Amino acid sequence: MNITKFLKSLFLLEILTGMKTSFKLIFRTRSTINYPYEKMPLSTRFRGEHALRRYDNGEERCIGCKLCEATCPAQAITIKIAERTADSTRRTTKYEIDCLKCIYCGLCEEACPVDAIVLGPNFEFSKETRNELIYDKEKLLDNGDRWEPVLALKQRSEAPYR
Amino acid sequence: MTFQEFWTVDLWPLIWIVIKILCVVIPLMGAVAYISLYQRKIMAVMQLRKGPNVIGPWGLAQPLADGLKLIVKEWVIPAVADKPVFLIAPMLSFVLMLTAWAVIPFGAGLTVSNINLGVLFIFAISGLDVYGIVLAGWASNSRYAFLGGLRTTAQMISYEVSMGMIMASLLIFTGSLNLSMIVVTQQHIWFIIPFFPLAIMFFICILAETSRHPFDLPEAESELVAGYNVEYSGVLFALFQMGEYGNTILMSAVFATLFLGGWLPIFDIAPLNWIPGPLWLIAKTAVVVFVIYWLQATLPRFRYDQLMRLGWKVFLPLSLAIFIILAFIAHYNLNLVPHIMIG
Repeated sequence: MNITKFLKSLFLLEILTGMKTSFKLIFRTRSTINYPYEKMPLSTRFRGEHALRRYDNGEERCIGCKLCEATCPAQAITIKIAERTADSTRRTTKYEIDCLKCIYCGLCEEACPVDAIVLGPNFEFSKETRNELIYDKEKLLDNGDRWEPVLALKQRSEAPYR
Repeated sequence: MTFQEFWTVDLWPLIWIVIKILCVVIPLMGAVAYISLYQRKIMAVMQLRKGPNVIGPWGLAQPLADGLKLIVKEWVIPAVADKPVFLIAPMLSFVLMLTAWAVIPFGAGLTVSNINLGVLFIFAISGLDVYGIVLAGWASNSRYAFLGGLRTTAQMISYEVSMGMIMASLLIFTGSLNLSMIVVTQQHIWFIIPFFPLAIMFFICILAETSRHPFDLPEAESELVAGYNVEYSGVLFALFQMGEYGNTILMSAVFATLFLGGWLPIFDIAPLNWIPGPLWLIAKTAVVVFVIYWLQATLPRFRYDQLMRLGWKVFLPLSLAIFIILAFIAHYNLNLVPHIMIG
């Protein structure tokens, strides 16, 4: 047997080196945070919970072009359209996103010509039943209203790269 | 027999023993609960995490929450299990852990029972400890549990042999199996200084004996899920956990007693010897437990054949050689180490 190797293992040198390393780590700054109380900063490109946006006058942006539905690789989006009688514009009567199917790729967001569907910054939307995670139009518009300030910021900062 | 006689001869000694036992067991239960937090905190700081810090200030109520959770949980007894043995096994491992504390000296004369064969008693109890685990592995009637139980048996038996040799080498010099006597012998110099290699070997044997890292093969999560206690839940699982943590503290206390001078202060000078003996023992035990968890945060797990090779091919010959050398030294009265009386 190699004599240095023998002495090394006899005097537990490598184990002591390992112990020194782990002891030094006590004095390093922690690499974790107190998650529910502290949060990491998010990029504006973060793709979280879906939202349908409105124009400033309250009119919903979505024109029912179905581009998002067509591009969705997970086929999570279901849209039904009808002509609105009041001003004969095309609007959705049903806009559903199945968050269980969604893979958060952001292709719907990129396909949308009017910036209506976006993936917002919220990632804490776990629910207790599957049904609650199939978002209908009302829920999506509601999300849009709630996150509008952040979403507008996101749209502005991402505009040059579109 | 008058009541007076009955009181002094039968009743009072009984009550006195119960009081002494409670004085040990109640703080011990607290220690067993809080050592889990101690372990998790040590592991956390060494892995750049924060550890449990939500329940109570600095996570101090975490052990209570864990205990409560385990108590209110359902007991699941597998249909194929051997029911009586399945129930006895965790109690056995817990009760044996408590029993061994009877001989640990917390101070001059402060032991539950100051018997002359203290070292042998500890040794016997830790030998019996295997039964709790083997029975659990057998009675669960599950392959994981069975393999875990078998591994523990082989591991504990292998390391107990060299542990015995190490203790015997010490006993040549102390000339007594009484733990209090062994502590008193260390008045001038702690045994860790003259017998440093023995202390290290004994420490490694403790790791194997209590199946701590890097020898925690009985419960190797990646292969055996949880080893012998895989089928246990609720209070039965809690008993196993308490038995395991208790054994870690127990063996650390034995190490502190045999090598770190038990209840004796570091130096016998004014501010240090004002601190009472039990506190010294607790502090020394805490240091040994810290080193155990430090190793847990540092080392990966041994493979089973490596464990066996280390036990039988390295530790046994080495401890036998040291035993023979020390016996020579003692026999020819070569007092190489000053201040140790040779018995």
